[in-house]
Formats: sequence, C-alpha cells, structure tokens
Amino acid sequence: MAPPLISVHDLRKTYGSGPGAFEALKGLDLDIAQGESLAIVGRSGSGKSTLMHLLALLDRPTSGTIALDGTDTSRLSAKQLDRTRNGAFGFVFQQFFLNAQASVLDNVTLPLKIAGVPRRERTARGLAALAQLELDDKAGNRANDLSGGQKQRVVIARALINRPRVIFADEPTGNLDTATGAVVEDILFDLNRRQGINLVVVTHDEELAARCDRSLYIRDGRIARAEVAA
Amino acid sequence: MRAGDVVTSAFRNAFRSRLRTSLTVLAIFIGAFTLSLTNGLGTGINRYIDDTVASVGVDDVMTVTKADEDAPADGGPAEYDPDQIAVEGPPGATATALTDDDIDTIAGIDGVLSVEPVKNVTTDYVQHDGGDKLQLSISQFVPGMKAELASGTQVDLDAADPQVVLPESYLDPLGLGRAADAVGQTVVLAVTDGTGSQVTTEADVVGIAEPGVISMAGAVPNDTLAKTLHDLQATGAPEAETTRYAQASVWFEPAAGDEATQALQDRLADAGYTASTLEDQLGTITSVIDAIVLVLNGFAVIALVAAAIGIVNTLFMAVQERTREVGLMKAMGLSSPRVFALFSIEAVVIGLVGSALGVLAAIGVGQLVGGVAGDLLANLPGLTLIAFDPVTVAAVVLGVMAIAFLAGTLPALRAARQDPISSLRYE
Repeated sequence: MAPPLISVHDLRKTYGSGPGAFEALKGLDLDIAQGESLAIVGRSGSGKSTLMHLLALLDRPTSGTIALDGTDTSRLSAKQLDRTRNGAFGFVFQQFFLNAQASVLDNVTLPLKIAGVPRRERTARGLAALAQLELDDKAGNRANDLSGGQKQRVVIARALINRPRVIFADEPTGNLDTATGAVVEDILFDLNRRQGINLVVVTHDEELAARCDRSLYIRDGRIARAEVAA
Repeated sequence: MRAGDVVTSAFRNAFRSRLRTSLTVLAIFIGAFTLSLTNGLGTGINRYIDDTVASVGVDDVMTVTKADEDAPADGGPAEYDPDQIAVEGPPGATATALTDDDIDTIAGIDGVLSVEPVKNVTTDYVQHDGGDKLQLSISQFVPGMKAELASGTQVDLDAADPQVVLPESYLDPLGLGRAADAVGQTVVLAVTDGTGSQVTTEADVVGIAEPGVISMAGAVPNDTLAKTLHDLQATGAPEAETTRYAQASVWFEPAAGDEATQALQDRLADAGYTASTLEDQLGTITSVIDAIVLVLNGFAVIALVAAAIGIVNTLFMAVQERTREVGLMKAMGLSSPRVFALFSIEAVVIGLVGSALGVLAAIGVGQLVGGVAGDLLANLPGLTLIAFDPVTVAAVVLGVMAIAFLAGTLPALRAARQDPISSLRYE
C-alpha cells in the first residue's frame, strides 16, 4: 500500500491558556491515503474546522505532528508553509471570498499571481480551468454578476488552477440550493475520481459525507466514529 | 507574487474606493502644491540674484572695510572713534575709515594683487545741454562691474576721458532722446568742494543701463571720472578728510579657488579688516530669501503631515474592508512581507498621484503668476518670480512618496500580521 499523503499523530490544539483555556482537539490520529476523499463531520464547536485548518497548514498544533508526504510540517519555515499551501492545496469555502469588482479570470488566477507565474501563462491556465467548469464565456465578467452556483464554480476553478494535490472544502454547498449544490458536489467528486485530487470536506451534511470514501465524525475534539463507504 | 504584480495590484487597489482615495489625494495635492510653489518662489528669486551676479562679471575683486572693533558684542552704545566715517546704507551707518596707512598695510598682505581706495563721491546734480538739473547718485559697487546695457558699451576703466553709464530712467528727463541717441552725448556733473562752492565737470555717456539691481543704484563712472569728481570734491578740504576712505577694493586671483580666497579673507581679518566678495554680499540677500522660503516650506510640510494622517486613515479603512481578501491570499500562500508591500505601495501610489498633480498644478500657476508678475515688476527684467528646478521638483515628489510610505507602514503592518483563519471566519 502506498504511504499516506497526510499522517497525523496525537494532534492537540488548545486555544488560550490558564483556566480559560479551551481544548479544541484532544489527541487525534489519522492517515489520509493518496487520492482519498475524506469527510469531516460534526456539530459546530466539535473541532472539525480546527482539524481542517491544521491539516491545511493554516495553523500550528499545540502538540502532535502532521506529516505531509512523510515530512514533519512543524519543521517547515513560514516561507515553505506558504509555498506548500500555494502549490499543493486548493481551498473552497462556504462563502465564496471572490473579489467582487475584479473579473472572473482575475479571481481564478489569483493563486498563480501569488506563485509569481507570468501574466501570459496565468491567462492561458485560467481560461483552461474556466473551460473545465464550463465558465469560459464568463471570463471577462465581474465576479459580482454571477449566480451563486456560478460563483462556487469559479471558486472551484480557483482551487484547481495550481493543480493541487488536496482540495480543502469547508461546507462547499452550504450556501447553495439543492440542485446547484448537487452540481458542485458532482464536480468535486469528478475531480477526485478522474484526477486523483484528494478531497477533504468539512460538512454537517450527512448525504454529502456519505459520498466520500470515508467519513470521520468528530465530537468534543475526538474522533467519535469513522465510516467507510461501501 | 512578482514585484511588478505587487505594484499593479497596489495601483488598482488604491482606486477601488474612488471617492475616499480622491479625497486623500486632494489633501496630499494641497500640501505638495504649496510646497512646490514656495520652493519655486525661492528658486526664482535666488536664480535672479545669481544671474545678476553673473552679469556683473566681477569675480576678482573684494571689498575691504576696517573691522569695527569698537562695537560692543552686547549691542550697547559704542565708544566715540574720531576715525569713524559715514557710509552708504541706512541713515546713521558708520564705519571706521581706512587711511593711507591702511591701504599700504593691505597692499602688503600675501595674495593681494593690488588695492585701490574707493573714493566716495556725492554729486549734486546731472545736467544735459542746459536742461533740467537732476539728482544723481554715483554707484561704484565694484570696479569693473558690468551693468546690463540697453545701448552703448561698458565704461572703459583705463580710458583717459571721463566716461559714464546712465540708467535708462534718465533718458527723458535729461532730454537725451532714445537710448541709441544718448550714447556719445556729453553730460555735466556738479559736486560741492571743500570750500562749499559748486564746481562742475563733463563726462561722455558711453552706455545706457537697463533697469536692474545694479543700475538701480545710479550712474556707473570710469576711474578717470571717479577720480576727477573726488579731486574736485577734495579741493580746499582738510587733508585728513580727503585721505580717509570708507572702503577699498582689493584685486585677487580667483583662479586659485575658493579656499585660497577664503584664506586671503582670513589673513585680511587677522590684520583687522573685513573683506567680502560680491558673492558674499549678494549671498546675504540669498540667505534671507532662503530663510523666508524655509518658513513658508514649514507651513507646507504641516499641511503634508495632516495629509499623511489622512493616508493612515484611508489605509486602515482599506485594511478593514479587505480583511477577508487578505486572509484568503495569505491562506493561498501570500507571504506577510508581500502583504506589507501591497499596502505600503498603495500608500506610496496615493502620495505619488497627489504630489505629481500638486507639482503640475504649481508649475501651471507659476506660469500664470509669472505672466502677471512680469507686468507688475516690469523694472526687474529677467525675473521669473516662480521658477522650477527639476531637482527640487523631483525632491518634492520623492519626499511626499517617502512620507506616504511612512504613513502606510502602520496599516500595512496590521494587514501583514493578520491571521488568515480569523480573517476567514464567518458567523
């Protein structure tokens, strides 16, 4: 069996200190295999968002280790962390976080701009990513003029553009109606299946979780149970 | 993110909130405009004085007076000195007179090529062809100086005939006609001699001087005329009176450099004399103007500081508005130094736009004022009231950009320190 992409050992995260301290994660062990789709399910306050932030290297754990491709991420410098997030991860949030005044194309190519890719290549790759999501006719539109479903597709195009290995999706369908939500889900699982991009989905929607290879139920900072899809 | 992308993004971000940015730019504009205008005023006037010095064309003569040792340092009354003599200047101005002994002493000082006492001449009137008698002062600022001429030539210092250059304003009252016609005519000059009777002598008009700083002082004589007038004036006066001079002209070698000139001035000072070159004398005027400009600039800088606080305010709002955007970009791997650069360059852009517009407007206003002032100050030809020196203009723009950068650091630091997770939290 291939070595896990992400390997987590005894992960703990405490916010604050002293008597007011809040232990969000109380010792978690987890391996995520290459190409796996994983759902993190739990109520608000369960620690599921904290877990995703730590996995996405947006935050540092209080103790415990997260290894990415066998490398202990606690040893990476701020610069290396920035580069890893830029190159290996894509982010899809419930709120779209699009720059409303900028064009769709500019929004989609933002990760490439951060990476320092020249403008010409940015445009070409941006248009290709938009074409993949059937949005290439909207490239010049302002992001504000799109519908909710289109916006979430723009966000996915933005997450895809740097050819990431993992897409972190935080309630990706939370802001969409059922029909558009289903379309967005199809797109994400299609990417997972065809391109082998890992999916880490944070949700409280059990139907969405059921479509993933594995679902982790988090309660009070611990894994309550894990379900593997049939 | 590439440096080029940072700059273009900062440019675009600066004008995302147009009204807010425009108002801040306006504040910067006012400061930069004022600063450019006051600087321009100083540049214009100082340049005029420099041009005047250059047109005089005397750089090998310094004026020597006896150092006034009696003047108490605390400004109290001075002791009476029988050698004191009235000099040109404000009423009551005196100087300790130079005697023939002093002239000999000065001549012996190393570096002095030659020395000539300046013979003080007070004319009673000037007259042409039996016409009106007019008052005329003889100005002998520095021997060999060149007035700006409307017609004719400069006086020939070595000529045996008495020659004079008259200011243009004497043409009509004396009945000399046009400037070109006046050259070659003869005028009569009168002085009062030592016995109290009025005597006259004649001089050829060789040139007509245009109005200017130098010729405003009066007519320029050559040595022969100056000597003739002095001798006439001295006739019958006690000898002690005629051998006392307010000042002397010393010729030196200007090619030896400023240091050698300064060394000569120091040696003269050690011997008890005060020596000043024409540059020194006009330099006093220049430094007064510099001081005035400095005070005016101070006000402009206060306006700029107020505008800089406007930049701080604007950027804090921008950082607040773009909290999520910054959080997202940091999540996507944009480093904190780049976030800092993004916001501080945005501040510099505001400074650049405001100062560039301010400088351009000041140059435009300078042209307008220059046209109006040209009419009002017609007797100072060649004066550009507000002039712009490229170096100063660039310094104003760069200085404002530097102030804007400093103003931007506080908001930019806040943006750079933002935590992506708390920025992206939505409740």
